Amino acid sequence: MSDPDSRYLLRSRTPAEKLVDISFRYIAIAMASVVAIVLFSILLVVFLGSLDSMARYGWQFLVTSDWNPVDDQYGAGAAIYGTLITSLLALIIAVPMGVGAAIFITENIIPRQIRNVIGLMVELLAAIPSVVLGVWAIFVMEPFIRPGLELLYELFYWFPLFSTPPMGPGTIPAVLILVVMILPIITAISRDCLNQVPTELRQAAYGVGTTRWGAIINVILPAAISGIIGGVMLALGRAMGETMAVTMIIGNSNNFNVSLLAPGNTIAAMLANQFGEADGSQVSSLMYAAFVLIVLTLCVNIFARWIVKRLSLKY
Amino acid sequence: MTQTLTQNQFESAPDLSYKPFHARNIRSRALTFLVAFFAFIAVIPLILVLGYILVQGSSKISLALLTQLPPPPGLEEGGIGNAIIGTLVVTAVAALIAVPVGVGGGVFLAEYSRSGWFAQFIRFGTNVLAGVPSIIAGVFIYGTIVTSRILFGSAYSAVAGGMALAVLMLPTVIKTTDEGLKLVPEDLRRAALGVGASRFVTVLRITLPAALTPIATGVVLGIARAAGETAPLIFTALFSQFWSDVLTPDGIFNSIATLSVLIYNFAIEPYEFHNELAWAASFVLVVLILALNLFSRWLAGVAAK
Repeated sequence: MSDPDSRYLLRSRTPAEKLVDISFRYIAIAMASVVAIVLFSILLVVFLGSLDSMARYGWQFLVTSDWNPVDDQYGAGAAIYGTLITSLLALIIAVPMGVGAAIFITENIIPRQIRNVIGLMVELLAAIPSVVLGVWAIFVMEPFIRPGLELLYELFYWFPLFSTPPMGPGTIPAVLILVVMILPIITAISRDCLNQVPTELRQAAYGVGTTRWGAIINVILPAAISGIIGGVMLALGRAMGETMAVTMIIGNSNNFNVSLLAPGNTIAAMLANQFGEADGSQVSSLMYAAFVLIVLTLCVNIFARWIVKRLSLKY
Repeated sequence: MTQTLTQNQFESAPDLSYKPFHARNIRSRALTFLVAFFAFIAVIPLILVLGYILVQGSSKISLALLTQLPPPPGLEEGGIGNAIIGTLVVTAVAALIAVPVGVGGGVFLAEYSRSGWFAQFIRFGTNVLAGVPSIIAGVFIYGTIVTSRILFGSAYSAVAGGMALAVLMLPTVIKTTDEGLKLVPEDLRRAALGVGASRFVTVLRITLPAALTPIATGVVLGIARAAGETAPLIFTALFSQFWSDVLTPDGIFNSIATLSVLIYNFAIEPYEFHNELAWAASFVLVVLILALNLFSRWLAGVAAK
C-alpha cells in the first residue's frame, strides 16, 4: 500500500494543462466572434462598395428606374418596387394557406399518421433548392398557367395591374413560385407555435362548450399569434432575398411597369444577372442596390424578433 | 334557505344534443374543409415538382451522363460529371470552414457564457446572419476574396465558392450546437468538474459527445441546404466546362462547375439538350438533398431514443 495521504494530495494542474484549458476558451471566443466579424464585414464591404454610387445618385437612385450602363445612368426604383410587390403579394397568398394548413395538421382533425406525412412533405418541400423550383417554373408551371393569365388579360385589360398581354416570364409567375417557397416556412413555424399552446387552454375552451373553430379562433390562435407573426415576418425576409427561382421566371426587365403580367425585376434577381459581368460604376450601383436589400431584410428580421418578444402572451 | 330544483326547472333546461345544422356547427365544418383544402394545396407543389423531376430526370440518367463533361452548345452528347464532383468539393470546403467555427462558437455560447452581454450579442448576430439573403453572401465574397485575388492570386475559385456557402452554413451550425449543448444535463458537467477534469476536458470528453447527435443533425441539414444554393456561387465559383483536378491546389483555386450553377445556366439556354441536362442535374441534386434530409431525420430519431 502506498502512503494513504498521497491519494488525497491536492495537485495543481501542470502549466501545459492550464495553457490548453485557457487557450481552448479563447479559441471558442474567437470562433464566436467570427459571426460578428462576418456580419460587420458584409455590411462594411457592401456599404463601402456603394459609396461611389450613393454620392452620385443619392436618394434619386431609390425612386428612378433608368438602368442604363451605356449612359452610366442608374436607378433601382423598378427593382425595389418589384422586390416589395412580389414578396408582399406572395405573403398575402401564403399566410392564410400556411396558417390554415398548420391548423389542419395540429388540431386533431385527422389521424396522427396522416398529419405526420403531411408535415414531412411540407418540410421536404422547404428542402428543394430554389434553382430546381426555377427550372420547374420555367418549363412546367408557366406554360400551365399561361391560358389563365391570358383570360385575366382579356377580362381585365382596362385595369392597370393587368394591362399588358402575358408573354411568358412575368411578375405573377414569380409571385406564385415565391408562394411555393415560403408556404413551407409559414406552415412549419405556425405548426410549432400551435403545438406549444398548452393543452389546458384547449380543454378549458371545449369544457365551456365551444365548437372546434370557436376554440381555434378565440383561444388557440390568440395564444400562438406572436410566434406566427414572427414566422410570417421571417418568411417575408426570405421572400425579399429569394434569388434563383425569381431570377429565372420574372423576366428581368429594367423598365418600370405597373402591370403584374409584364416582366419585372427584383434587387436579388438584378444582382444575380448583372454582378458577374459588371464593372466600374455599375458595380457600385449594384452594391447600392444590395445595400438596400440588406437594410430591408435586416429591418424585417429584427422587427420579427421584436414582435415575438412584444406580443408573447403570458399564460 | 336552501333551494330545491322543481320538476319545472328540469324541463326548461336546454336541449343538449348536437345540432348539425346549427349555424356555428355549419361554420365549424366549413372552416375545417377550408383548412383541409389549404393543406392539400400546400402539398401539391411538392408532388408536382418531385413528380416532374423524377420523371423528366430519371429517364435521362445514364452512366455516360454521370461521367462525361457538358457539351458545347448545339452538341447532343455529354454529361454532368464535373458538376457532380464540383458540388461535392465546394460543399466540402464550406463544411470544413463552417463546422469547426460553428461548433467552436456554439461551445462558447453554451459552455462558457450563457447570458453574458457578448453571448447575447453573438446570438443576436447569429439570427441576423441567418436572415441575410444568400445572394448577399455571394456579393460579400466577391467583394472581399474574388476581386482582391487574396487566395494565391486566384479570382473565381472553388474555395471562394465554399467560403460563400460557409457564411450561410455558419448560423445553422452555431444554433444547433448551442441548443444541443444546452440539452446536456447540468449534472454531467458538475460530475466531470467534480472529479477534477478541466473545462477543456469536460467539453471535449463529456458534453460534446453527449450532444453529438443533435449537432450532427444540424450539420447535415446545413450541408443539405448549402449543396442546393446557387446564388452565392454564380460569381464566386463561377462555372467550368472542364474537369477540375480537385486534389491539387490548381484545381481548387480555379473556377469550378457545380450542379446548381449548371442547372441555372443550362435551363435558361435555348438548346434542348442543355435543358435536358438541367433536368438530369436537378434530379441528381434533389436526390442528394432529400437523402441528406432524411438522414438527418433518422439521426434526430436516434437521438430521441
